[in-house]
Amino acid sequence: MEPRSRPRIILGLVAFFGLITLFTVGLFMLPWRSEVASDEGGGIDAVITYLLVATGALVVLGHYVLIRFLWNGNGEKGYTRPTPKVEWMWGIIPVVIMMILSEAGVLVVGAPTWKKLYVDRAENPVQIEVVGKQFQWYVRYPGKDGVYGDYDFEEIDGADNPLGLLDDSDAAVDDIVTSKLRLPLGRPVQIRMRTHDVIHSFFVPDFRVKQDLIPGFPTEIRFTPTKLGEYELACSELCGLAHYRMKAPVLVMEPEAFDKWLAAQRGYFE
Amino acid sequence: MHEPMHEAPHAAPTTFIGKYIFSFDHKVIGIQYLLTAILMAVVGGLLSLMIRLQLQHPEMQLLGPPEAYLAWVTMHGTIMVFFVVSLAISGFANFLIPLQLGARDMAYPMLNMLSYWTIVPSVLLMLASFFVPGGAAAAGWTMYPPLSAVPEAVPGSGLGTTFWLLGMALFIASFTMGGLNFLTTIVNCRTKGMTMWRMPIAVWGFFIATVLGLLAFPPLTAAALMLLFDRHGGTSFFVTEMVVNDQVLLPGAEGTPLLFQHLFWFLGHPEVYVLVLPCVLMTMEIIPVFTRRPMFGYRPSVWALFVIGFLSMIVWGHHMFVTGMNPYIGEYFSIATVIITAPFAILGVNLLASLWRAKIKPAVPMLFALAVISAVGFGGFGGLFLGTVVSDIYFHETYFVVGHFHLMIGTVTLLSLFGALYFWYPKMFGRRMSEKLGRIHFWFTAVPMITIFILMHMQGLGGMLRRTYDPGAYDYNAGANMMLRFPITAMAFILFLAQFVFFWNFFRSLKNGEEVGENPWDATTLEWTTPSPAGHGNWPGALPVVEHDPYEYDGDDFTPQGRVVETASEEGGNA
Repeated sequence: MEPRSRPRIILGLVAFFGLITLFTVGLFMLPWRSEVASDEGGGIDAVITYLLVATGALVVLGHYVLIRFLWNGNGEKGYTRPTPKVEWMWGIIPVVIMMILSEAGVLVVGAPTWKKLYVDRAENPVQIEVVGKQFQWYVRYPGKDGVYGDYDFEEIDGADNPLGLLDDSDAAVDDIVTSKLRLPLGRPVQIRMRTHDVIHSFFVPDFRVKQDLIPGFPTEIRFTPTKLGEYELACSELCGLAHYRMKAPVLVMEPEAFDKWLAAQRGYFE
Repeated sequence: MHEPMHEAPHAAPTTFIGKYIFSFDHKVIGIQYLLTAILMAVVGGLLSLMIRLQLQHPEMQLLGPPEAYLAWVTMHGTIMVFFVVSLAISGFANFLIPLQLGARDMAYPMLNMLSYWTIVPSVLLMLASFFVPGGAAAAGWTMYPPLSAVPEAVPGSGLGTTFWLLGMALFIASFTMGGLNFLTTIVNCRTKGMTMWRMPIAVWGFFIATVLGLLAFPPLTAAALMLLFDRHGGTSFFVTEMVVNDQVLLPGAEGTPLLFQHLFWFLGHPEVYVLVLPCVLMTMEIIPVFTRRPMFGYRPSVWALFVIGFLSMIVWGHHMFVTGMNPYIGEYFSIATVIITAPFAILGVNLLASLWRAKIKPAVPMLFALAVISAVGFGGFGGLFLGTVVSDIYFHETYFVVGHFHLMIGTVTLLSLFGALYFWYPKMFGRRMSEKLGRIHFWFTAVPMITIFILMHMQGLGGMLRRTYDPGAYDYNAGANMMLRFPITAMAFILFLAQFVFFWNFFRSLKNGEEVGENPWDATTLEWTTPSPAGHGNWPGALPVVEHDPYEYDGDDFTPQGRVVETASEEGGNA
């Protein structure tokens, strides 16, 4: 197996396929994601890690075979034509491997987290509403009564009444509206989402969660922050010219500090 | 029962216009498609460079405001998907189907001509939309309403989007004409002995892709028309009451934008396979010629194709995991989506196993084919991260998606198409493209292409969002953005410049390329049994008769799939 006996182009291809594989595996190991800051995010990270390991192994294996076959591809070794049985066997083996490997990601590693995010209902989650409009986020807490006040699009008026809440709605009086998403550490939160205009999407990379805001169709997501700190809320669905800077600050606070802050806020019509 | 097409279904053209412009000949129409695709690739490629320049220096706003940027992104996607890759595949399908099956022409030559000439106004509408008030469509190639429905939401949703929708309707009309033609020809016009199980595998690719396309495009037509009604007819299929600048728009409207997403992705997902399958299978077609071995696993591959085709029709919801869909339905879509990797693994293993103990001839088409194998690996496995519902929550709308689909429907397709072009160029024009220039083109195309999109996966891992005018607006993705944007932009420019080597090679070889005979690659399939280029009616004498499977290679020896029977009486047919 003298390297000199291989055409230069084959050497080049072998080098390229080998390097790109090593390079990819190496890059994937770098810490691209920030430290996870929510309970459910941990589950999402687990799926990502599972897939990185599983597919990484297959990419390396596949490229190893590719390189090997290329390297030996000079017709020197005896070739016998594979029988249909061999061909079907090498059809069924990868099918079985991929079925197990791919469904394990969905059903074994992933399903508990999916269930936690969208099916299970935590007891008494903190209720928060996030409202998107071009190109701004509003955050509403229901206030002492725990009920969101009614709204009407006709009432929306710039800075004075950005959510169009109705002043004759009792529930609206004590609603708290801000532009910064404050969350208590370690308590499950349930975020209801609405949009005034086009589709937006709620994305906090540190929590790993994402949820679209759909016109005419309130959506929600539940998660539990697990790390104190300031994060960014990004709009992750193209929503127009300033989509790229439709952001809002997120602050995870100690539960006591959060309660204190909430109690100190004035209601919308107070 | 199919009948060999002994007579060409139309007379030989006599005028220049009949021969090269409004031609009925499938070979000319195929080349027309390919040239249109190359032209549009220049436009789409330039748009991608503008996108890269903006992302490289967002603070300088080098080339325009956000509305312009969004229009480039939208039109880059639209042009590349529908007017480059789709058209190039149509080109090869047109050129290859009758030649590989032993037919004189397509079943409906005039419909074939119409399908090309319906594309032309569609292309013109798309190009013209850059110059209308408000600019080209700017709601992303997915055209999600309400952004695409309400001109107040984004400037491009004015006349530009109307042009886009009309252009797309024409495109679908053209695809339908072409597709019916492909199917009829494949089913009915095969020569004697060419059973379905003896068809070259590329034809199977065109067959499955066309069936998928014909099933999947009508919902998009419906969606496009409904969106037009919403925009201009006062209906509210997709729009709801909304507030823009404190003004209530569309009072009382109670449509649902999610309906559009369902209709769009019911097309959109099979469309991915309409693009990928024929390209991968053209690569599978090329590999045995240069390994000098029979293809590994022809039958398992074809069955895998059927399974992939079926599954691709029932997984569209994986594009909508975070829209608030019922979690049980989301779980179903995820289970069905990731299972596609199983039949795809058959194709992957067959691509690899075809190289086993081969005698590889590293000609340019083979170089591209080998790069395709690598790209299918990287691209295919990336799909698992997006098909698995839980990880998609994080990756949705990030550069991971951009990297993934550019690997599959950008890199795999374009590398396959380049390989196919180098391979069938001699049959199209009777001359070879330069091997030396082809190698230069290969290295400066395959290396940057694969690397760029792998790097974009990393940006997606960092959570960097797609369709953003300035990713620097966020701190969380600073590393992913700042570290990788320069290598990506630099390689994008190298990639673009390398294509001039290709253009030079392509156009120069028309006149100066080495002249070739019938079968320059020592290949087995029927198109290599007729002169290069093939004349009117494809075979000068009687049609070839098929006696063997398509890939009977044994080192430098090979058994052609069929032979041309010299005396007309022997087979009872003549031309």
